[in-house]
Amino acid sequence: MNFELSDEIQMLKKSVREFVQHEVEPVAMQIEREDRIPDEVIEKSKEMGLFGISIPEEYGGLGINMVGKCAVYEEIGATHNGYTTLLGAHSGIGTVGIVEMGTEAQKQKYLPAMARGEKIGAFALTEPEAGSNAANLKTTAVKRGDKYILNGTKHYITNALVADVFTVMAVTDPDKGAKGITSFIVEKDFPGFKVGKVEPKMGLHGSQSAEIVLEDCEVPVENVLGEEGRGYVNALKILANGRAGLAARNLGSCQKLLDMSVRYAQERVQFGVPIIEHQAVAHMLAEMAVDIEALRSLVYRVAWMVDEGKRVIKEAAMLKLFGSEVYNRVADKAVQIHGGIGYISDYPIERFYRDARITRIYEGTSEIQKNIIASQLNREYSK
Amino acid sequence: MNILVCLKQTFDTEEKIVIENGEISEDGVEFVINPYDEYAVEEAIKIKEEQGGEVTVLSVGPSRAESALRTALAMGADKAILVDDESLFGDEYTISKVLAAVAKRDSYDLILGGYMAVDDGSAQVGPRLAEELDIPHISTITGLEVNGDKVKVEKDVEGDTEIIEASMPVLLTAQQGLNEPRYPSLPGIMKAKKKPLERLTAGDIGINPDEIKAKTEVLDQFLPPKKEAGKILEGELDDQVKELVQLLRNEAKVI
Ligand SMILES: Cc1cc2nc3c(=O)[nH]c(=O)nc-3n(C[C@H](O)[C@H](O)[C@H](O)COP(=O)(O)OP(=O)(O)OC[C@H]3O[C@@H](n4cnc5c(N)ncnc54)[C@H](O)[C@@H]3O)c2cc1C
Repeated sequence: MNFELSDEIQMLKKSVREFVQHEVEPVAMQIEREDRIPDEVIEKSKEMGLFGISIPEEYGGLGINMVGKCAVYEEIGATHNGYTTLLGAHSGIGTVGIVEMGTEAQKQKYLPAMARGEKIGAFALTEPEAGSNAANLKTTAVKRGDKYILNGTKHYITNALVADVFTVMAVTDPDKGAKGITSFIVEKDFPGFKVGKVEPKMGLHGSQSAEIVLEDCEVPVENVLGEEGRGYVNALKILANGRAGLAARNLGSCQKLLDMSVRYAQERVQFGVPIIEHQAVAHMLAEMAVDIEALRSLVYRVAWMVDEGKRVIKEAAMLKLFGSEVYNRVADKAVQIHGGIGYISDYPIERFYRDARITRIYEGTSEIQKNIIASQLNREYSK
Repeated sequence: MNILVCLKQTFDTEEKIVIENGEISEDGVEFVINPYDEYAVEEAIKIKEEQGGEVTVLSVGPSRAESALRTALAMGADKAILVDDESLFGDEYTISKVLAAVAKRDSYDLILGGYMAVDDGSAQVGPRLAEELDIPHISTITGLEVNGDKVKVEKDVEGDTEIIEASMPVLLTAQQGLNEPRYPSLPGIMKAKKKPLERLTAGDIGINPDEIKAKTEVLDQFLPPKKEAGKILEGELDDQVKELVQLLRNEAKVI
């Protein structure tokens, strides 16, 4: 067993850490206030190669394994979560479908521009009637000649405003239920594609989630992603792949919160001593640290399993669940340790607290992760 | 254009120095490219990007120095040379002899380095190397233009700017302000592992270590004395001034 990251991955980590500290952190409060990521930050992130994290080298990406990706995500997670969500949604659910299920022609067409960040990716599964029950899609795709005609509405789609390339799930055969769903690569310029209402939200400022309205949207047949009828399976695969990345980002945010909390507890004096000397505060820090170390171990273990080609359905769900719950626990304690400052919007703590909340909901709620884990257990023990 | 950049791996400037048994402890320390050398690396890569050419980075140091060279390769340098031979480690005299021996294996139009290393701060290696190679040198530059076979440099002189022109080959050392070094991009880091890194020993460069032994010797190393807490004067302004004058005279002994 070896817990060391390779020299090269350590170098990636270090470079991303410095980039985040010098280029993103200084504008984090601005991103929060303006609900917008400055163009300059996006441009610099492109130059850094941050849009090519999950794209193979032959298509202009980094070509790193899951352990490497998680190491990079961990560093990105240490800053404003709106920024990290933009990158994460692109590199996670936004590009992975094309990487894993795309034809050679599709990869050639989309991936190099996506690796450079010239084209940004998004993933559109959720609909008003299909949230946790993702197979209950109402969006239809009907084949007409060499095109599919898509009709329906998606909502809460991250990156909808900035993305160029969407992985969209739609029903091609209503009689077949989950087996009648197909995935498509839809470009924002295809006729009949429209971005609808942008949802104001509790956190993740700078990352926009919006409605996507498909009205007789024309998608060429060569843009079917994977096989027809495999769209639901594809979606689950893409989401499972995204899970390690999301948990790694959560890990980075948790570590940042611990760093801030320990330092604050050493400096803040009440009753004549730094508050870290009050056992109740010290114990909160200890609990945060234990949660974080356990999460770190699980992140890299699942990432390693992915790299080894092992089946990770159960473990990825455990990781999604644990990473989100730990992030919420850690953020809650960070607010508590900071006292009033933890609640005041001129300081970053309350922002992490709000941003943490979404992780228990999107990319599959915590309850759904438990369902997956339990059904896998049931399967294992029925053999 | 053939450019050589000499660099040293040093402690990260944010590291706390710990002395154990008279030696500076390297335990758990983060190492970086000496910040002044980093300006030199950035400048070399910029020139290459604008005018073409090849950038070689060179370091004399232990195996761990490889990571500094890899960082330079990730920033955009083309190849690296590490003289990793303990018998060749010494003082500024030794190091400049070794660097000269490596530099002579090829012909470089431009040799760049930092004006000093943040660890020992001697600011000698650049000028010594130029002497060994018998080429001109200009130190602490804050601006550089390369035109044909000439360089035009800017340097700070007591608050004024001096502009100097020289013909290549020339050796220049970088001062803060020359440029803003880039972060190694992620694709750059991935490409760096495929770039050549040559390791050399005394035999490879035809040097007899006994002939270039250090001319200086470190007798002792110690940390500066701890700073005493400051004193805040209180009371009426007149009394404070009186007390201050008295303290400056009797305690600080500066007037
Ligand atoms: C900011 C944001 C960004 C998003 N980004 C994207 C995106 O980019 N692409 C995309 O496709 N979607 C995206 N989503 C959608 C997100 O994945 C869904 O909101 C999520 O899956 C939950 O679906 P729902 O909102 O319909 O809630 P519901 O499914 O209605 O769930 C409501 C509650 O019921 C519980 N519940 C439901 N079914 C069960 C069950 N069987 N067992 C136990 N409990 C259950 C849930 O856990 C939850 O607590 C985003 C959402 C948000 C808020």
